[in-house]
Amino acid sequence: MHLTTREIWALVHGLLIGGPFLLAFTGGLVALAGLRSEYLTAEGIRNRVAQLRIGASVMAVMAWTIVFIGIWVLLPWYSEARPDSPRSLLLSDPSTRQWHEFADVWKTHVAFMAPILATAAAALVVYYGRTLAHDRVVRNLVLALYLGAFAVASVAALLGSLVTRAAPIR
Amino acid sequence: MTHESVSDPPATDAPPAVDLGSPPLAPSEIIRPSGPAAAVVLAAGLASFALGLLSVLTASSASVSSALTLSERVGDLSGLTTVTAVVFFATWGVLAIAWRHTDPPLARIAVASAVLIALGLLGTFPPFFNAVGG
Repeated sequence: MHLTTREIWALVHGLLIGGPFLLAFTGGLVALAGLRSEYLTAEGIRNRVAQLRIGASVMAVMAWTIVFIGIWVLLPWYSEARPDSPRSLLLSDPSTRQWHEFADVWKTHVAFMAPILATAAAALVVYYGRTLAHDRVVRNLVLALYLGAFAVASVAALLGSLVTRAAPIR
Repeated sequence: MTHESVSDPPATDAPPAVDLGSPPLAPSEIIRPSGPAAAVVLAAGLASFALGLLSVLTASSASVSSALTLSERVGDLSGLTTVTAVVFFATWGVLAIAWRHTDPPLARIAVASAVLIALGLLGTFPPFFNAVGG
């Protein structure tokens, strides 16, 4: 059983950070949707806002880390000018060209929206704090930003896993 | 008149007039100017739009693609994402300072930002930027 350095980086990118990042959205969305003054006690709101502030900030940092590793560490290996690089292998066969020309290219571009939207959501959570429990408009805005980040991250994760299945980085 | 009818409050479906579950807000949380929030929301929209626009431009212009190639190993995505990140943080910073004490209409700015994000999403879609870029 052996993993190359490149495979370890791919695992860190996709599973060790990417997996928890996607899972954390579920908790964040539930916590935000239930953050209402009519549902929670004063102590409940205080605790949940504290958790959300930390969670949202950590998720934003995770999102930037994932795209940074993807672009600056993994992409150069993926697109090396060698006949056995994943990109070269995919482009060499007409039946797999679209895995690069559509799937990988869209993934690498659209994924960059996730940290931007997650950071905006985190900034609003930190800024408004307990006001989120009282202001439905702001709460829904944060939820929309989170859902947007979750959507683009999910698309990127799905396409990334399919591209990796077709031509893994080794 | 029974004892029960005297001691119990009349049944009603209406919510209590006072929200007993609401915590007291700190003075700084009671009135928050929407300016700093609007700044980050609009910055997210502008950065997303920049990402889409630059994706189209790199597909349609070799000179733009070359100019955005900050790293030969990464390709034009190196500059494309760097410029997008700069647009996001710079716009956020500038608008946050300019709007720190103001109350711009957050809902309208959110709608404008949503349109910019949708356009940015379209711009990152390969069939679209390849069709536009030829």
